[in-house]
Amino acid sequence: MAEVLVLVDHVEGKVRKTTAELLTIARRLGEPSAVFVGAGFDAAKDSLAKYGAEKIYHVEGDVLDYLVVPQAELLAQLVASTSPAAVLVPSSPEGKEIAARLAVKTESGLITDAVDVQAGEGGGVATTQSVFAGGYTVSATVTKGTPIITVKPNSATPEEVSGAAVDEVVDFTVSDNAKGAKIASSKPKEVSGRPELSEAAIVVSGGRGTAGDFSKVEEFADSLGAAVGASRAAVDAGWYPHASQVGQTGKQVSPQLYVACGISGAIQHRAGMQTSKTIIAVNKDNEAPIFELVDFGVVGDLFAVLPQATEAINAAKG
Amino acid sequence: MNIVVCVKYVPDAQAERTFDSSDNTTDRANVDGLLSELDEYAVEEALKIVEAGEGEVTVLTVGPASAADAIKKSLQMGAHRGVHVDDDAIHGSDAIATSLVLAEAIKKIGAETPVDLVMTGMASTDGAMGVVPTMLAERLGLPAVTLASELEVDGGSATIRRDGDTSTQSITATLPALVSVTDQINEPRYPSFKGIMAAKKKPVEHWSLADLGVDASQVGLDAAWTRVEAFTARPPRSQGEIVNDEGDGGQKLAAFLGEHKFV
Repeated sequence: MAEVLVLVDHVEGKVRKTTAELLTIARRLGEPSAVFVGAGFDAAKDSLAKYGAEKIYHVEGDVLDYLVVPQAELLAQLVASTSPAAVLVPSSPEGKEIAARLAVKTESGLITDAVDVQAGEGGGVATTQSVFAGGYTVSATVTKGTPIITVKPNSATPEEVSGAAVDEVVDFTVSDNAKGAKIASSKPKEVSGRPELSEAAIVVSGGRGTAGDFSKVEEFADSLGAAVGASRAAVDAGWYPHASQVGQTGKQVSPQLYVACGISGAIQHRAGMQTSKTIIAVNKDNEAPIFELVDFGVVGDLFAVLPQATEAINAAKG
Repeated sequence: MNIVVCVKYVPDAQAERTFDSSDNTTDRANVDGLLSELDEYAVEEALKIVEAGEGEVTVLTVGPASAADAIKKSLQMGAHRGVHVDDDAIHGSDAIATSLVLAEAIKKIGAETPVDLVMTGMASTDGAMGVVPTMLAERLGLPAVTLASELEVDGGSATIRRDGDTSTQSITATLPALVSVTDQINEPRYPSFKGIMAAKKKPVEHWSLADLGVDASQVGLDAAWTRVEAFTARPPRSQGEIVNDEGDGGQKLAAFLGEHKFV
């Protein structure tokens, strides 16, 4: 069976959930081979084995200093040496850049932001994407080269299957051409202790209706173990960091539950959350377009509704 | 500083966007279009750089005749000249082919005056893959610094600030380079009356694939490396229960969450 390359997304060896999802998808298409770049290999190895990685290609050294180009070069080298059935990459900004460069380098078709990936009927890979702000579902295939697919978080339920995780150190040198862009400095963000927005099962977002006070939104989110998001209006006003923006120009999330608090629901916002399984809105304005989408809505002041709900939820949890 | 800004003419996101069922491509004929909102940020940033120093901003688009509107708007904002690549063979091109046409057009522009900076928005608002900028950089052999929330161009380098999930990074690339910008970077200007009048006299070149030395077999739907097999409209979400808060809205919300096992 052909290998399927999965680019591992990790922070210092702590493997993110998206990678477990990608390994699970890879198993549908062939034999999962993880590709690990950076520090923390020993820590990552066990979790990669747990989700079925049969092989782990790994490279250490200065690869990550030069942004994405070296990773694209590494994957191109592995595509040439292993002729994989597909290459799966997380649909993060970095992942998409790596995939874009890899597609040009290997003359292969690229599909981005897949929400489902299956083996094609006549071989190949069949993908599902959600487009036009979630208004359409598109099924597509790659017709040239090695299918390169970027996959959105929450596109599969990770399955624990023990893999051999055979360690293969790759002989790889970063080309001079790849060194044109470099990370000059990096300032870590404060850790909120909440789940990561794009991976979270529940997302609670605040908008203009918070008037800049996210405390009730955060307390409600914490009662549900949810990630906190924000509308563009809230981000533009400086009330919440840009990395938390949900919408066309921020994160596109697809959680089990999305709660929009004080968000009117413009098309740009809907583009980032419309595919959520269950949608709830709390808004003072009963004409807000967000109510057209909801499974449950409360017309009311979020500063009254959210604390009451938070209290009830915390009481129910005991 | 000579800057080329790549812009796209897209169906208006406020309109009913759909597909052409004859070939599964985006329907561009029956939906009003406009300059992609996210490209305005790139045009604005390029203008700011040139206004602070010297040089020219060329806006480049690939698209059908109607795409001239995207160039017109950019010229009205203040860009100096436009290049419109229009060829029937291009219809249905995927990101790979689009990046090829853009790359060849930029090489042709650069043959007259070397290009220091290629700028783009973060993604189009229709296809929204967000991969053309990087593909273009790959084809041109340029370093790319993407998703800039701040940009500083200084002598031989471009430095951006990028807001990531876990960190805020400062990234530097040597020029020539490609920079894509987010909607956080600036507030695009509205064309002034003077700008609108001046735009009428600005030069716009029209190039075909032959002008770029690109063979028609390399572009278009048949040359695409991916194929859309089917599209289906997502069933409209049916509105669920809406309650008015009469002092118990929070209780009802908590009850709904409990019933649906979210608590």
